[in-house]
Amino acid sequence: MSTETAEIKEKKVSEALFSKRRKKLISDPLVDDNPITIQVLGICSALAVTTQMQPTLVMAISVIFVMVMANLTISLLRNTIPSRVRIIVQLAVVASLVTLVNEVLKAFAFDMYKELSVFVGLIITNCIVMGRLEAFALGNKPYDSVLDGFGSALGYSWIILAVAFFRELLGSGSVFGVQIYDGISSVFGGEFSLATNGLMVSPVGAFIILGLIIWVQRTKTGYVEH
Amino acid sequence: MQQSNAYIITFSVILTVVLGLLLSGTSQLLGPIQKKAVELDTKKQILGAVLDASEIRAMKPDQILEFYDKRITSKVVDIDGNEIEKDADGNDIVAENVDVAKNYKMAPEKRKYPVFIFHAEGNEEDAEAIIVQVYGAGLWDEIWGFLALDTDLNTIEGVTFGHKGETPGLGARITEGGVQNRYQGKKIFNESGEFQSVAMQKGEGKDYSGEDHKVDGLSGATITANGVNAMLDNYLKAYKAYFEKIKSSSSSEIAALN
Repeated sequence: MSTETAEIKEKKVSEALFSKRRKKLISDPLVDDNPITIQVLGICSALAVTTQMQPTLVMAISVIFVMVMANLTISLLRNTIPSRVRIIVQLAVVASLVTLVNEVLKAFAFDMYKELSVFVGLIITNCIVMGRLEAFALGNKPYDSVLDGFGSALGYSWIILAVAFFRELLGSGSVFGVQIYDGISSVFGGEFSLATNGLMVSPVGAFIILGLIIWVQRTKTGYVEH
Repeated sequence: MQQSNAYIITFSVILTVVLGLLLSGTSQLLGPIQKKAVELDTKKQILGAVLDASEIRAMKPDQILEFYDKRITSKVVDIDGNEIEKDADGNDIVAENVDVAKNYKMAPEKRKYPVFIFHAEGNEEDAEAIIVQVYGAGLWDEIWGFLALDTDLNTIEGVTFGHKGETPGLGARITEGGVQNRYQGKKIFNESGEFQSVAMQKGEGKDYSGEDHKVDGLSGATITANGVNAMLDNYLKAYKAYFEKIKSSSSSEIAALN
């Protein structure tokens, strides 16, 4: 992680909008440096919200918004933030953004607000957000920070969506609230019915799915923890 | 780089003020919309006790509010079944605005009990169901609901339950239509006319269709189910005086209970 902070070089020629380095800012956290599967951060919300696809999607969008905006704000302020109180400043910015998201959800998507409000509040404590602020936004220019925040949030999002997909399918027999199991049963006739797995609905199910995803990913990439 | 204390304090003050303004501004801006969302949600829950979830889902927010205005009249009663119109300060009481959570903290005799009367369109006298509000504690946090009684003031026409933090997939299932439908047709008075609440049983998958006061339980959510049972028992008991009052007055009064 810290390699990225050390990498900043002042360049005379302006860099392309999506240069190779900048593309890496987004693509790295998707697989090779995924916040959940590699850094194992943000696990709590990954376990809690992923029982169904729809709230998970709202959560993912919220995290993307918060991370991008927080990275942008902190990066804009990076030269003025007193280093002794920087953590509190980060916290204040993140907490304000999270409150904003919560208020907007309450106004425009009340059903989602009811379901998610606790977890949206917990974005504040999501280690990914503070981690990226501390490790990247404090030492990099705004545009790069936005890309970095977007990449990390995207890495988080696709994992929780993948977990939610399997949990909703196996636990409730549906995807995005659309009954899949009922459809399968109707194809094969009344006698044929698929049982849903209650374990998948509880956080234990998320652990199992997450563990499997990490296993598959590490087998493919050959990543080993040092 | 070490900054001076003065710089740090100034920076913190400015940051606090800016963020404070931003948040209070948003809250001011979104406040009215949020209030509407909360109101709509409450009305949806009240209607949910008498309508199918699919019917409500088919309606747009405006239609729901319009439908509610046309078909529901509300009032507030006390534990003796007497209607309360003014609060202690002499202000009008609106049933929709009664904060059930706040009332729950008071002694049962002091609570205000909202009643919602579902009536035929355009005719307030022609009641179809009486909806009462219930509230209590689940496993993790508060649970609440609305229960609709038929005009015999005995048979349950429907219920809606809500919860704040019950376990998804276990206790949270009280919000599912399939679970709520189990209450339909159950009775709150037994054959000898005494009050007997409806209770969820332990375990799930049994057939209680012949039993007037028993409902199939929630597997893995016994504590939430117990909470629901206690909630129904507490509140239906409190509304009992009101029910009996209407019943004891001549039967035509039931229609005219507005």
